[in-house]
Amino acid sequence: MAVDLTSNLAGIVSPNPFWLASAPPTNTYGQVARAFDCGWGGAVWKTIGQPIVNVYSRYGGIDLGTQRLIGLNNIELITDRPIEDNLKEMKLVKKRYPKHALIASLMVESKREVWHEIVKRTHGETGCDGFELNFGCPHGMSERGMGAAVGQVPEYCQQIVEWVKEVSTIPVITKLTPNVADMTYPARAAKRGGTDAVSAINTINSLVGVDLDLMAPRPNVAGKGSHGGYCGPAVKPIALNFVSSMAADPELQGLPISGIGGISTWKDAAEFIALGCANVQVCTAVMHYGFRIVEDMCDGLANWMEQKGYQKLTDFQGRAVPSIQKWENLDLNHFIRAHIDEATCIGCELCFIACEDGAHQALALAPKNGKRLVEVKEDMCVGCNLCSLVCPVPGCITMRKVENGAPSVSWKQHCAGAGALAPRPQHYNTVEE
Amino acid sequence: MSIRIASADRQLSAADVAHNFAELHPALTEAEALAESARCLYCYDAPCTQACPTHIDVPSFIKKIHNDNLKGAARVILDANPLGHSCARACPVQVLCEGACVMLQQEHRAVAIGRLQRHATDAVLAQGWKLFSAGAPTGKKVAVVGAGPAGLACAQELRRAGHAVVVFDARKQPGGLTTFAIAQYKIRPDTALAEAKTILDLGVELRSGVQVGVDLTFEQLERDFDAVFLGVGLGATQALGIPGEDAAGVVDALTFIEQLKTRPYGTVAAPARVLVIGAGNTAVDAATQARRLGAAHVAFVYRRSEDEAPAYGFELDLAKASGCTFHWLTAPARVLVEGDRVTGLECVRMKLGAPDASGRKGVSPVPKSEHVLPCDLVIKALGQSKRGDLLRQVEKLQLDSAGRVVIDEEGRTSNPRYFAGGDCVNGGKEIVNAAADGKRAAGAISIFLKGT
Repeated sequence: MAVDLTSNLAGIVSPNPFWLASAPPTNTYGQVARAFDCGWGGAVWKTIGQPIVNVYSRYGGIDLGTQRLIGLNNIELITDRPIEDNLKEMKLVKKRYPKHALIASLMVESKREVWHEIVKRTHGETGCDGFELNFGCPHGMSERGMGAAVGQVPEYCQQIVEWVKEVSTIPVITKLTPNVADMTYPARAAKRGGTDAVSAINTINSLVGVDLDLMAPRPNVAGKGSHGGYCGPAVKPIALNFVSSMAADPELQGLPISGIGGISTWKDAAEFIALGCANVQVCTAVMHYGFRIVEDMCDGLANWMEQKGYQKLTDFQGRAVPSIQKWENLDLNHFIRAHIDEATCIGCELCFIACEDGAHQALALAPKNGKRLVEVKEDMCVGCNLCSLVCPVPGCITMRKVENGAPSVSWKQHCAGAGALAPRPQHYNTVEE
Repeated sequence: MSIRIASADRQLSAADVAHNFAELHPALTEAEALAESARCLYCYDAPCTQACPTHIDVPSFIKKIHNDNLKGAARVILDANPLGHSCARACPVQVLCEGACVMLQQEHRAVAIGRLQRHATDAVLAQGWKLFSAGAPTGKKVAVVGAGPAGLACAQELRRAGHAVVVFDARKQPGGLTTFAIAQYKIRPDTALAEAKTILDLGVELRSGVQVGVDLTFEQLERDFDAVFLGVGLGATQALGIPGEDAAGVVDALTFIEQLKTRPYGTVAAPARVLVIGAGNTAVDAATQARRLGAAHVAFVYRRSEDEAPAYGFELDLAKASGCTFHWLTAPARVLVEGDRVTGLECVRMKLGAPDASGRKGVSPVPKSEHVLPCDLVIKALGQSKRGDLLRQVEKLQLDSAGRVVIDEEGRTSNPRYFAGGDCVNGGKEIVNAAADGKRAAGAISIFLKGT
């Protein structure tokens, strides 16, 4: 069975769903050409717009253990190359790689004629396949009324999308900022303005760390710093949540989504697609490891799809969306309980101390024949998963269904008097009288 | 690491020998320490800590290393074990902390606890950190007999408790076997001496070159001090009791090792053919270092089989990796001497018999199995004798049948003013056991002194 990775976002077709996000990796012809040679399906060129000047010292990272850059923060602005150079190189890319998606990312001041001018000029001079409107950057440009300053105000979003749509003859993607409480509002506004798709998330407002010798933020410029945009593997859960909120929103049905945020592997990509995205965009993982990572992204995704019997992306696109519900609809009578496999337990007792100090006091040390083991107190376990999350041994702690004979009932149903709760575990009274 | 060996047409250079004596477990780089500390799972009630005789809180100090708190890590280590510098290098970690590490089950490779400990303790010496200070003076005086690991550990804890401490040692320099008898590729004398200095710097007075029991009587100690800690260790290597033993080409293992640790390598005799009698850890230390000095052939002679050899398995592996060979079930009968030169060792083959009451198999000679193993040097590594003659000078001090001082769980002897620990109590164990003994006894001494 051949797997077809071709993706289609609002009519923009690319050989696979892996696009480079608008960022430093898409700053030049040389980079984008190398990326396409490595197998990337598309690229969103680093944002062009009004001329800017960048500072030196632009990125700050956070590490976890020996894993570097689980999160990356930047205070770099849009492209600092002359617009003529950018347009000339984009044209060359499109000429040499006609089947790859080439998207122009735009950010200019909020004036109708300025947006009209940049849209017409860019498409005219490059032949690009689509536009991405950068309403997301939280740093620098937002101080000048652009980027996130637009994305945070639904009316501005709608207005600018309308201006762009007045002159654009190619699909328009609106890139949204996560620095809002609810992304569905700016997304709906963009839809009202006529956008053909949305992409999310842009970077998250952040201060990545403090240099304790300099008493200054990282990164810093001559001892001073500014909040920046946070990205990388650490932001993926936040991105998934924003994406799913849009995918599940009744008003946004049919609006294609390009997923962005901490995507480093094929599995990350598959999760975004399962939440409704038509394709994904990647930046930090490339800034860390280079363009070559796309090979396993395609290979891994294809192998997984083959194993699952998915022939094309749309076979599983959005398949996880219906399972995302409000808390009030979750089944209160679905009980699970931790099960510890004594044969594979290595005796670190991390599950014990996590449960004892950090959760529900449902585990007990129970050495057996000199082997350090932990026992589940069945009447105490609330099936919270924590022990299985801290256990370093794959498969040692599993959460197993407990048959309580009680029919399913949600909080909403329960409040409406529509179902009885099964008896809950009894907690010890730990207060000493 | 391959060892460079001298041959008929090749003399070893000083660089060759230095290469041979490179540290078996070198210091970790910063990157290694970060990666290795990240491997620690931070077990609850950790098995490594339980396995350590001094109960160092291993997950705690490793976490501190990882969290860029090296000073805190070192304090955790040296608070639990005043000999933490030496133990980081010389502990048989494979059978203690690292042998208990859960990562052995998870990845078949323990966290390198010993090397991480070294990473933290090395920083103390490099940075000159003073981690501990003397306690408020109590007006009490304690004599510590022996500046080996038991005595030094006891001295540190006594000073931290505010007692005045004088340590007596027969040698000119402190450290005992830590300084003079641990294989050079495990620990250099410099480290042992620097460690001793951190303890002496707490205000411990060292009277070196003083043999208690010879230069100074125990009665005098009792007169001048409120309590006495005995950390006198063991005596000379036991004799073979065979003809030719006194020849110049027969040396005991501890003397051999001390020579190479205190003199330039080139001045220590390591001729082409060396036989080491015994198969304990000291025998391994002697044999592997004879090879490192350049001896072409080094073989063990041991009356029982490999299964009964008292050395740790990993030590025997090291001997094998160092190119040593073994004559198992072979007992020495006579050293063959020509003029003042040893030419060989006459041996008899042995056979194993039924286990005795202790479970140890008996051995008996095989008739007419005499044979000669040619050699140029015989190194005796038969274990050290007990110090009964010295210890019997102390009144009411109970010794067991093997000549070891009898103590209770806290290090108290049968004489209320005497406390003891280390080899003279346990018959010869590791530095870490001595350190644990000395530290524990200091606690008992403080309790005793409160009542005086």
